[in-house]
Amino acid sequence: MTVTMQESTRSITVPPDARNTPPPRRRGRKPLITFGHWWWALPAIALVIGVHYVATLTGGFFAFTNWTGLGDWDFVGLDNFVRIFQDPLLLGAVWNTLFLAFASVILTNVFGLLYALAINRMLKTRYLLRTLLFMPVVLSPLAVAYVWKFIFQFNGPLNGLLGFLGLEELQKVWLADPTWSIWAILITVVWQQTGFTMVIYLAGLASVPVEVEEAAALDGAGIWGRFWHVTVPAIRPSIAIATTLGIIQGLRIFDQILALTAGGPAGATETLATEVYKQAFSLGQFGFGSALALVLTVIILAFAILQQYVTRDRSLGKD
Amino acid sequence: MFRYTKLTAFRELLVWLVTLIGLLPLYILVVTSLKTDQEALTTSAIAPPTTVDFGAFVEVLTTTGRNSIPMSIVNSVIITAGAIFGLVLLGSIAAYVIARRTRTWSTLTYYLVLIAIILPAQLGTVPLYIGARTVGLTGNALGMILLWIGILLPLSVFLYASFFRGMTTEYEEAAVIDGATPTQTFFRVVLPLMSPATGTVAILAGLIVWNDFFNSLIFLGGSETQTLPVAMYTYVGGLVSAWNKIFAVVIISMIPILLFYMFAQKRFIQGFAGGLKG
Repeated sequence: MTVTMQESTRSITVPPDARNTPPPRRRGRKPLITFGHWWWALPAIALVIGVHYVATLTGGFFAFTNWTGLGDWDFVGLDNFVRIFQDPLLLGAVWNTLFLAFASVILTNVFGLLYALAINRMLKTRYLLRTLLFMPVVLSPLAVAYVWKFIFQFNGPLNGLLGFLGLEELQKVWLADPTWSIWAILITVVWQQTGFTMVIYLAGLASVPVEVEEAAALDGAGIWGRFWHVTVPAIRPSIAIATTLGIIQGLRIFDQILALTAGGPAGATETLATEVYKQAFSLGQFGFGSALALVLTVIILAFAILQQYVTRDRSLGKD
Repeated sequence: MFRYTKLTAFRELLVWLVTLIGLLPLYILVVTSLKTDQEALTTSAIAPPTTVDFGAFVEVLTTTGRNSIPMSIVNSVIITAGAIFGLVLLGSIAAYVIARRTRTWSTLTYYLVLIAIILPAQLGTVPLYIGARTVGLTGNALGMILLWIGILLPLSVFLYASFFRGMTTEYEEAAVIDGATPTQTFFRVVLPLMSPATGTVAILAGLIVWNDFFNSLIFLGGSETQTLPVAMYTYVGGLVSAWNKIFAVVIISMIPILLFYMFAQKRFIQGFAGGLKG
């Protein structure tokens, strides 16, 4: 079973490696045989260029127009962006996007790491536990959000539990509360995603040799000493991957918000993703919606590039 | 040094307790879906149903009209299967020539694909929607399948290319020496060998497409063709606190994924950890 863990470590490690290394070259030498026909790549190239490059560049262009999907449009320069950063509701959406991304990353990583550490060594049922905790990850975020919507209902299980514990004063309409509704969304996301970080950390922990831990323990290192000086340095790559992937995922949270609060109450849980949907597709403001999408894209791209950098550093360090 | 002691047994017990409390929402989901309308409203969420009642499931599965759940399951299956088929076919043949050939164009194409993996999809949604609407590809399964193939092809090409790089060329050379054409070599020799990569592509793409809500909402919005998550969203929107029915829909949407997960949980966990796209 340890082999499995090794394999999942490898499947995380290989991508950054492959990104750096171009295909094995045999420059100047013609291959002995031809592999396939060159035109086999054409449908894929056409679709990738069309769906990713042309669409993204066109979207970037729309962001500087006032197009509504019908009729004429004007080039409006930076007007859309000025509007975004002067509208308190949209600025709130930017903050909510960042809050959900960072808070969900911190919580899923803390819980995921704690859980991975708890089941990592010696538990007889750790593979069963791993399978159970990873299960929410494969479920549809929308379906999971409905389960939590029930839990957060005014006469739902959460308020029921608070009443049972004699904490009636804490009971509230969670999803209609301007302060607490975003925390409800956060809990839903964290519950679903913790299994994912746990799996990344389990793969990282599998690379810590048990002998090193035993040696440290024999030398008198306590549980904290072993954690900070043996475990953390060894799983630093896993931390890098789990946090950067988590932020990129967290910035795109959409399904859960639409199911739980639809952005309410009074815009308290709007994010850039929900605003892009509302402006562009509900209100037909294609130009303005694209400007919001551009802001979101720039933020995601910044973290995606950071992720490439961090994971590349890791593979270099390993060689 | 590290032995299974009483303390370890206590730890194991504690972890199980935490896990079971953590999975309590799934328990609430199942018991509530098996309650009658009346019981779902009046009993405690964690109380099991007095009698197991499949009424909610029957009602959900016999709905008709635009948000018919059975029809949306058929649509979701068609779209997911079509997307996986296209991603496996187009992704593998493209990755094969890109990974095996050593010309400048194949390297450039590979980088084109890698950059597309990093590029966030949000900005392209509006132009893609307008383009699809113009050529009549919104509101039908074909448009959705093509969209998904386009969105996920970089991932598919990347996974296949990594796989072909690690595969020896000797089988193909032997086939060519025996007189096989390039097409025969690929479909008779390479295709059967690449099933591990196909498994990863199918699991990742299948999960993403099956669970997707955002793209289906936009590209199928208001049409007769709805996928399961969108039909669920509309159906639930029309129910006021009929939680037994809402949860019946939710469970129906989870069953196919959970069945696959039980059969291949190790592959799910590895595939997910390895190829997740931002």
